[in-house]
Order: sequence, then C-alpha cells, then structure tokens
Amino acid sequence: MSEETNTQSKQSPSGNRLSKVRGLSDRAIAWIFISPTILILLAINIFPLIWTVYLSFTNYRVNRPNKEVEFVGLRNYERILSDSDIWITMQATAHFLIWTIILQVVIGFTLAYLINKKFKGNDLWTTIIVLPMMLSPAVVGNFWTFLYQPQIGLFNYVVGFVSGADPSSFSMIGDVALAPWSIVIVDTWMWTPFVMLICLAGLRSIPDSIYEAAECDRASKWRQFWTITIPMVLPFLMLAVLFRGIENFKMFDLVVQLTGGGPGSITELTSINLKREAFEKWRTGYASAYAVILFVSIFGIASIYVKALNKVKSR
Amino acid sequence: MSFSVTEPSNRQKWISGALVIGYAIITLLPLFWIVATGFKSSPDSIAYPPKVIFEPTVEGYVNLFTTQTRLSQDAISEPRKNLSWYEQLVREKGNTIVGPSRFSERFFNSVIIGFGSTFFAILLGTISAYAFSRFRIPLKDDLLFFILSTRMMPPIAVAIPIFLMFRHLGLNDTHAGMILLYTAVNLSLAVWLINGFIDEIPIEYEEAALIDGYTRFQAFYKVVLPQAATGIASTAIFCLIFAWNEYAFAVLLTSGTAQTAPPFIPTIIGVAGQDWPAVAAGATLFLLPVMIFTIILRKHLLRGITFGAVRK
Repeated sequence: MSEETNTQSKQSPSGNRLSKVRGLSDRAIAWIFISPTILILLAINIFPLIWTVYLSFTNYRVNRPNKEVEFVGLRNYERILSDSDIWITMQATAHFLIWTIILQVVIGFTLAYLINKKFKGNDLWTTIIVLPMMLSPAVVGNFWTFLYQPQIGLFNYVVGFVSGADPSSFSMIGDVALAPWSIVIVDTWMWTPFVMLICLAGLRSIPDSIYEAAECDRASKWRQFWTITIPMVLPFLMLAVLFRGIENFKMFDLVVQLTGGGPGSITELTSINLKREAFEKWRTGYASAYAVILFVSIFGIASIYVKALNKVKSR
Repeated sequence: MSFSVTEPSNRQKWISGALVIGYAIITLLPLFWIVATGFKSSPDSIAYPPKVIFEPTVEGYVNLFTTQTRLSQDAISEPRKNLSWYEQLVREKGNTIVGPSRFSERFFNSVIIGFGSTFFAILLGTISAYAFSRFRIPLKDDLLFFILSTRMMPPIAVAIPIFLMFRHLGLNDTHAGMILLYTAVNLSLAVWLINGFIDEIPIEYEEAALIDGYTRFQAFYKVVLPQAATGIASTAIFCLIFAWNEYAFAVLLTSGTAQTAPPFIPTIIGVAGQDWPAVAAGATLFLLPVMIFTIILRKHLLRGITFGAVRK
C-alpha cells in the first residue's frame, strides 16, 4: 500500500477539473474505491483460473489428496484432443448452439418487429414474454421434465392435440432422436425474449427520419425493410447472438435438470461432461485441462466474433 | 398523434398485437401449469387428459413443508382426535407427519445468500463504478474489460480450484463462502452497469457541490448517489435474481447447511415416489417473487437488460 501514500503527496496529477479539494487526493480515493473490486475478482476469478492451468499439467486427483502430485506435461491435453467421446460431446454442443441461435434469432426478431408496431398494451405483453428468462433454469428445467412426460405431460398432450398423434407414443426426453430437440425447445422458450429485447432496442434506435426520406424516394416497404431495418438492426442482432452463444456454450443448469445428459450421452454438453470428469470421476488434472481448452475456445471464438462485429458496426 | 408515414396503420397494429399476445399465451402456459399443479391433488396432477379444471387443494404445500411416513393399517384404523387441519389432510392419504421438511431452511438460505451477495456486490460495485466514471485511472478500458471478461468463464471451469480453495479455508458449504462467491460473480455486472448510469449524470452537479464546500465523499453520497439511485436499484435486482437462480456453483459447493433452493427443489420426493404437486408448490413459492418483481419493475428491468448488453 506504499503506492497510495506516495501518490497522495504527489497531489493528483490527473489534471481533473475537480482535483483541488479537501481531504484525500482523488488518486487515493480512486484506488480505495477500486481495489476491493479488483482484489475480489483476482481472488475468486483469476487466481482459480491460474490454478486450473497449473493443475492441467498434473495428474492430481481431489479424492486422493495424499498421493504425490506428478507433473505430466501436456499429456492431459493430448488425451482430451484424441478422445472420441469428447468429440461426440462437442457435436451435441454444436447442435444445441446452432439450433437455439437460429430459432431465437428468427422468433426474437419477429416478435420485436411486431412489438415495434406499438399496438396498445405492448409493454405489458413484452413483460409477460420476458418472464421465463428471469426464472431459475434449474427449477424450470426440472418442471419441464413433467411437461415432457408421455401421456400425462402437458407438452405431449398439446402436441398430440394439434398434430393428432398419440401423446403417449413419443417421449421427448427418453428418445434418442428427440432428446436433443427437447433441450433446444426449452432453451428457446426461455431465452428468445432476450434476443427480442435487444432487437427491440435496435429497432427503436432507427430514427423515423430515415424511413421518411425513403418514403419520399418512393422506396417500397419491402425495400425499406431490407435496406434500412435489417442493416440497422444487424449489429444488435449480432450482439444478441454473441451473448446467447457464450451462455449456451457454458450451458449447464437447464440441461442437467432436464435430461441429465441422457439418454446415454446424447445431450451431454461440454459443461455436463466436464462436471462428470471433475466431480464424479474426480480426474482433477484431466478435467482442468478440459476446462482450459473450453475457456480458450470461448475466448478465442468470442474475440474473432467481436472483430467481425466491429466491422459491421463501422460500416 | 399527427399523421406520419412511419406510424403503423390500425390494421397492422391489430395483426401484430394478436400475434404477440398469442405467443405470450403459449409462453405463459408452462408457468401457469407450475402454479396450477401446486394446487392439485396427486391423482389430478397425473390425470389424462391433463386437467385444467380441478378441485384445488393445498396438499402439495403441506407435503412440501413436511416429512411424512406411511401409516400402518392398525394406526390408520385407530381413531385420533385433536388433529390440526393439515395433519388431518395427510392422514386421509394414509400418511403421518414426522417433522418439518428442509424446504423452509433451503429457501431461507437462498434469501440470506441472495441478499448478502447483492449487498456487497452493489456496495463495492457502486464505489468502483464511481471511481471509473469520475477519476482518471490508468488502463481504465483494459481494467473494465478485464472485469467484464470474468463473466465469460464457465462456472464449472473455475469450480475445481474454488472447491479446493474453499475446502482449504473451510468455506465449503457455508453461507459466507457462497456470499463471497456470488459477490464476485455479480461484481463485474454491477461495476459495468452502474458505471454506465453514473456516466449519464452531468459532472457539473458535483462541481457545484464541491465549490459549495462539500468534500468528495459528501458530493458522492449527497449528489451522485441520489441521482443514480434508480439505476443502482435495478442493478441490485439483477444481482439478486442471478444469485437467486444460480445452480452450478450451488450444486457443487453446497450440500447441507448452506444449500440454496435451486439444487434442493428438484430433489423433493414424496412418500410414494415423485410428488409433482409438492415440487410445483416449491417451484411456485420460489419463482413467484421473481415474476412479481419483473412485472412491477418492468420499466427499469427491461431497460437494464438492453442497456447492459448494448453497452458491452
């Protein structure tokens, strides 16, 4: 903390218009205000991350604390990248990611477009649509298993009613072909409102004057939609996709409660697979390497994506 | 409203209104079903076709709050007096109450941990956000980005070392540990959102206060805080909702004393297997506060969601 006393005597070199006031210097206040946040984040986020990286090079197992920890170099990484089960997990994650994003973008944008027609009471209905995303994914996911029950489940009943199929003839969670869709449906139900809200913010940011000018130039509504609405909303839409992408890459709570990764490991997304390695098989070193690979992929893909996003924005 | 080319026609409004309301009703169905199932009797809850009209009962709620065991044939035939209404209700099903369940305990844990972590996240987040907004800080943008990027980490990825660290410090399965953890997770969001709200307050207000002889601290809590109050309050709601809903850390780091409701509710089972009315009753009690909050505070919350996201 010696730095603080130093800066105090230096008398605020910030050049801030507010600098000459009684009491502590601005610099000191700034550090006092910021350091607790930085310390907590270092202790709970960065330190564990570094520890994970360290563990990923060892054969440590949490359930055998007395066994000598050996340094194994890159062996954990090699084993993960050559493990075919992990690629199956990645496929499940990709299926989940791609379909949730497609459905949420299409439905979310459509809803935002309709809400932006400013019909009476639109803000109340918007709130009602938003409700699912405010709720606990674990609790809601658990209840969806009830809705998905063959015969007695509401979902099966409604689908049967609409399509004429027998509600007990299919099991969303138990069937290998349907289970991947069961998690896509619940995630879409829950998170479409998020995409919708961001699109709505985008639509509302378009000034009326642009449409008025287009109208003067006799551009058709269809043309206005493709040359004004879509390009202006695109940066917002891409942001929404980024957030949904990151969130669903990390997806754990909802799917664990809904399918638990089953049947077999058809819906075992990466986070669930990782949890199994770390907290059921207790292969700590191996799981740490797995975590590092996941984190690096999320971070890498996200930064490439943000670059693309900035390009779209600056157009 | 005067006529303009951008104002949608009445017909457009009708059609879009009808479509949105239709979607909203479909969205509400599962939530309605949770609340309804909580008031059903066991046979009604698993009836085919699913029952929309049924005789409401609080059986599910009684089961939720109590632990029961099956009565033997002799015990059932033996007449008992002075039973309270809920004991009577349970007895009619051939069961007897042996004690309270852990639900209220878990629910209360959620309250303590939720409010505790929100309090610290908002306290630290507000002062940090103020400093970021008003002082020249070296590497400010990098620091802010660092703070935000901590949210990208999958919880499971850091859970292993946090588990080890907490075990070492004796924080596993304690309220203090969970509050610390959720504070850290919420802090990044709090700093980011509140920083935006404070940026919107003109700096002239503070300058005027300082010229009037206020100290920095006085200017902070007498001028800036009241101005940012709504923003801070909606941020607090977000933090609270996050901590309230969090499952991954809770299920890995707590098992008994400090377990919150989300990992607990799915484990509720009755005397004879899965007791859906009791699960639904627990889910209703747990979800309803959030739903009510969302509807009451919709103006601030909806703005907060897009504001937080679009700024990033």
